Amino acid sequence: MSLANLSRIARAEGDPKVLQTGRSSLPTADRVARSLGWFSIALGLTELFAPGAIARTLGLDGRKGLVRAYGAREIGAGVVSLSTERSLGLWSRVAGDALDLATLAPALGRDNPKRRAAALAFTLVAGVALIDVVAAGSATAVHARAPNRRRNYRDRSGFPQGVAAARGAAAALRAHDDLATARRLPAGSEAKAPAVG
Amino acid sequence: MRALVWHGKEDIRCDSVSDPQIEHPRDAIIKVTSCAICGSDLHLFHNFIPAMLPGDIMGHETMGEVVEVGSGVDGRLAVGDRVVIPFTITCGECDQCRAGNFSVCQRSNRNKALADKAFGHATAGLFGYTHLTGGYPGGQAEYLRVPFADTTHIKVPDGIPDEKLLFLSDILPTGWQAAVQAEIEPTDTVAIWGCGPVGQMAIRSAVLLGAERVVAIDRLPERLDMAEAGGAIPINFETESVIDRLNDLTGGEGPHKCIDATGLESHVSAAQPDTLIDRMKQMIGLETDRPHVLREMIYVCRPAGVLSIPGVYAGIDDGIPMGMLMNKGLTVRTGQTHVARWSDDLLRRIEDGQIDPSFVITHKARLEDGPDMYRVFRDKQDGCVKVFLQP
Ligand SMILES: NC(=O)c1ccc[n+]([C@@H]2O[C@H](COP(=O)([O-])OP(=O)(O)OC[C@H]3O[C@@H](n4cnc5c(N)ncnc54)[C@H](O)[C@@H]3O)[C@@H](O)[C@H]2O)c1
Ligand SMILES: [Zn+2]
Ligand SMILES: [Zn+2]
Repeated sequence: MSLANLSRIARAEGDPKVLQTGRSSLPTADRVARSLGWFSIALGLTELFAPGAIARTLGLDGRKGLVRAYGAREIGAGVVSLSTERSLGLWSRVAGDALDLATLAPALGRDNPKRRAAALAFTLVAGVALIDVVAAGSATAVHARAPNRRRNYRDRSGFPQGVAAARGAAAALRAHDDLATARRLPAGSEAKAPAVG
Repeated sequence: MRALVWHGKEDIRCDSVSDPQIEHPRDAIIKVTSCAICGSDLHLFHNFIPAMLPGDIMGHETMGEVVEVGSGVDGRLAVGDRVVIPFTITCGECDQCRAGNFSVCQRSNRNKALADKAFGHATAGLFGYTHLTGGYPGGQAEYLRVPFADTTHIKVPDGIPDEKLLFLSDILPTGWQAAVQAEIEPTDTVAIWGCGPVGQMAIRSAVLLGAERVVAIDRLPERLDMAEAGGAIPINFETESVIDRLNDLTGGEGPHKCIDATGLESHVSAAQPDTLIDRMKQMIGLETDRPHVLREMIYVCRPAGVLSIPGVYAGIDDGIPMGMLMNKGLTVRTGQTHVARWSDDLLRRIEDGQIDPSFVITHKARLEDGPDMYRVFRDKQDGCVKVFLQP
């Protein structure tokens, strides 16, 4: 059962029901941004609450604080990626990926007994970075305003007789008169009228 | 029928839904001929207004033909009538409706208990908006059920195209009310933040109401061009200092009247650092709105001036300089528009050729293309100012 139908409990009996759903206003780029946003938050929570396990696995022992800080960063980027400022969120993920790679690079050295795990993590982050770059680029493009296709509205005054004739044409009307122009509504028949629409 | 349905943040789809039916004697069913996407719809699109639910039908700028009326409509509306539907649903009988305060009708919000809790006291039912305002299915659809239809309609004559009439539903009276409640005097400089459809209508209204000078603020060149065409002096807030320019234009005294036609989604940029902080707080739920324009208006407005706020705010705003507002003796006027208060007068002005609101339409599309048009309008792509949809 879809949410649209589930929410009917909050609706009046006679309100139109969704029978079949159509194409959404959400472009693919925005859906991808949302997935990455949730991914970011999930990863961030893991880094925030299990920094020890992550640091140990990658041979980054003793850097729990750093992993936690990166977790907070991931959550921040995730929240922004889920918002209408999604391009900013995704580009900040790209910057974060670069930071992750820079942090992992020293762990790839021969002296790290966990270097295989670190190498795997490095490859994964590099892959995610690639996805982030593509996602950020397309989200930016989908919402961009084309700068050169500016339309010309200089002739749209809205005054059929011109601006000069319009100036003060309604000046006789003042705020205290407003009720005089209010539509005169017929006195009601409260008894038979329903209290709700 | 087909309708544009909210499924979640930025997820609007053109769905097949069941047809609306008469539920109460005062209902009518309208076959929609035209509808539009409003800046308020963008706040819902972004899920900044609480209490939207998946499955909600969008749209509150709608017109069409009456195809069915309930038994309680009492001849005030008949099958075949051509009508524009105000976005505020009004019973016409409660104290507020009688006082002309239609957008705070005491009886049209069917979720009154919820709204009483959220707002202290409930406001009117609105089409295609949050469940805090009744959660009524909206008019970006082929058919619309209009509750309290005998009082919630504007009859319009044949022979005038939909494009000229549709905006009686919302943005024309909204811009008009914003200007009227600013109490414009012939010596006034009126500054208007935001050159979207509401700002454009506010500019035209301030010109008609006789402001000496109207200044329009935005960052989108095509919208500033349109503002200038309507008689405003443009300020691009990305390339100029709004405060300096407004003070220069007024001999250092500041504008007499300030209109906020931007609302809760003020543009975010490092040049306005407060918007970065607001945006961060918004993301983690510490603040609902980005009230940069409110702060700027309070700062630059001439003492004893008026701030008129048609821009929509959702909830909690931080860093509003109350001390400045209080000591400068500023008057604040705001609200959802009391559409029916202005309809007759504005329809006459359209018929008389004083104003033609269709100037704002930049994109026409089929209802099925609605989901894409939400995106084009939101991203301000292709010079989009106002989207006009037809089923
Ligand atoms: N009170 C009512 O009954 C009512 C009715 C309709 C719309 N509204 C509200 O009016 C507002 C505007 O609606 P719209 O359809 O014109 O929307 P819109 O989004 O098309 O226009 C908003 C404009 O404000 C500009 N802007 C953003 N930040 C700015 C800043 N710091 N300074 C100056 N300009 C800035 C944007 O560039 C944009 O052009 C929205 O908040 C909408 O919800 C209220
Ligand atoms: Zn609106
Ligand atoms: Zn009422």
